[in-house]
Amino acid sequence: MAALLEVKNLRTHFYTIEGEVKAVDGVSYDLQPGEILGLVGESGCGKSVSAMSVMRLIPWPPGKILDGEVWFDGVDLLQLEEEEMRKIRGKEIGMVFQEPMTSLNPVLTIGKQLTETMELHLGLTPEEATNRAIELLEMVGIPDAGSRLPQYPHQFSGGMRQRVMIAMAMSCNPRLIIADEPTTALDVTIQAQILDLMQDLCRQNGVALIVITHNLGVVARYADRVNVMYAGNVVERGSAQEIYHNPQHPYTKGLLNSVPRLDDTVKKKLDPIQGLPPSLSKPCLCQFCGEPQPTLVEVAKDHLAAKCNADPNCEGWFPRDLG
Amino acid sequence: MVAETENLVEVNNLKMYFPVKKGVVFQKHVADIKAVDDVSFTIKKGETLGLVGESGCGKTTTGRCILQLNTPTAGTVNFDGHELTTMKPADLRAFRSRMQMIFQDPYSSLDPRQSCGGIVSEPLIVHNMAKSKNEIKNQIEELLSVVGLNPSMAGRFPHEFSGGQRQRIGVARALAVRPDLIVCDEPVSALDVSIQAQVINLLEDLQEQFDLTYLFIAHDLSVVRHISDRIGVMYLGHMVELADRLELYDNPQHPYTKALLSAVPIPDPVAEATRERIVLEGDVPSPLNPPEGCVFKTRCSKVGCSGGDVTMELMESTPGHFVDSCVHSK
Repeated sequence: MAALLEVKNLRTHFYTIEGEVKAVDGVSYDLQPGEILGLVGESGCGKSVSAMSVMRLIPWPPGKILDGEVWFDGVDLLQLEEEEMRKIRGKEIGMVFQEPMTSLNPVLTIGKQLTETMELHLGLTPEEATNRAIELLEMVGIPDAGSRLPQYPHQFSGGMRQRVMIAMAMSCNPRLIIADEPTTALDVTIQAQILDLMQDLCRQNGVALIVITHNLGVVARYADRVNVMYAGNVVERGSAQEIYHNPQHPYTKGLLNSVPRLDDTVKKKLDPIQGLPPSLSKPCLCQFCGEPQPTLVEVAKDHLAAKCNADPNCEGWFPRDLG
Repeated sequence: MVAETENLVEVNNLKMYFPVKKGVVFQKHVADIKAVDDVSFTIKKGETLGLVGESGCGKTTTGRCILQLNTPTAGTVNFDGHELTTMKPADLRAFRSRMQMIFQDPYSSLDPRQSCGGIVSEPLIVHNMAKSKNEIKNQIEELLSVVGLNPSMAGRFPHEFSGGQRQRIGVARALAVRPDLIVCDEPVSALDVSIQAQVINLLEDLQEQFDLTYLFIAHDLSVVRHISDRIGVMYLGHMVELADRLELYDNPQHPYTKALLSAVPIPDPVAEATRERIVLEGDVPSPLNPPEGCVFKTRCSKVGCSGGDVTMELMESTPGHFVDSCVHSK
């Protein structure tokens, strides 16, 4: 099957007072149609920036996509004119952001925000768009949808706002949805509702989904494949099964050992990763062998891990600030 | 757990209502937000009691009421044999040094204009626990090394530290006056996964070293299960279940506890695929207008549960396992 999205060697840097920050430094991955991909990593590892780069939503200044290719359905998005890109955003690729309070416009009604994209991208009349908006709100589980259209975001709870965001992302029948920490601001019971809903909708409509999160549990529950990101690079990539049961990279292993699990039978000490992630404005050298750039090597079938070229015996490319 | 250890804290029928007022000049009391409504529990010496629940369930307010940072509307808080709610402010001051707090956000809970050493030594000065400048300096150095910071960092300011390091400063500040009880209010939720583990281990080590008692408030059930000896589950101002950590996770009885546990994803795709899942419908009702009777009835999955005519009350179902009486009434 041809990949729906193929990111090749993407590099996005930010130019700040402290110097050039290599937020994303050579990231490659692919996504099949209808697949759910988990993009997992800690804050500052470049997971959001890599997704924003796909949508070309990196503000210049300070950020710039320096290099790479983003093939979406046979077109390199990085080569498109802004005009053409606008036809892709919201139509072919939908987006769900982390904070439903700040990503919805507080002075526009839910109805206005929902119908705007449909009128623009699908050419619907206001009446058609309103009917479709009601359908969409019902689909995401908002009761009494008709009377909620004229309401404003502050009249919705956090979970309901995130449902509205999902309805907006689904409104133009996209083929890919990028969800950037969609449930981080929500309580666990609401998180389960929202993620179940997204999973069901994507499976039913054959929409591919990229879930960006720092929660290893969320990825294990929902993703088919997983990209583990660290210091601007993908350090491990494979099926969820492989990543959780046969982790090969020291960072992935460290992450899995440092979270307490709900089904642990004996109380044992957590085994944290020592030190801090490296500063991205300096060269990120592997703590074991000093290699500046990782190479993704196949360690099992469809399972890649970042290794060092300089030292074949190195456990894996793993820069760390041990100061 | 040893069967009979002394209670350090006894909370009885604690209520904390925040009044809602209307009007600019003549403020009329129109309603109450019942943040904590009739909660009773004890904390034994040397144990960690975990409080879990979703945002707005009253877990933080409960912690603040124990420390008398909020004056409870009703109920008693007994600390080591002394009743705190009726104590005069001057007498209460002596007790403040025995109970400390670690806050959630390591960015906003440290004064940005004060050096790390200043932050850590202020409680010592306030409580007259260090006499000379030299003594203060020694204490700062000792505290910083106890929490795993380099004593030479005492002159730095909060913005020069990472999130995990700042939380260590917060821990050092709480430790400075050698308290018996530390209320940890979401101490790791603002930190990254790998840093969380470092701080959790630090808290465990310190508990052993200084015989501390913790009230550990968090919404992350995996973390609470890891660190606590006993766990209380709160929902809309009420405690609905209280049990030993393993008992609560192996044998949850209240439908809310069951749903909460099943909502937490486990980082293991195989275990996830075989788990029984309960997804709660709807949102938490507003604490301004909670349901009559059982507060959980709007989301309760129990067949035939009406919950309308019951009062919320904890009953002991098996020794040490307390659960809301509504579960037993059917």
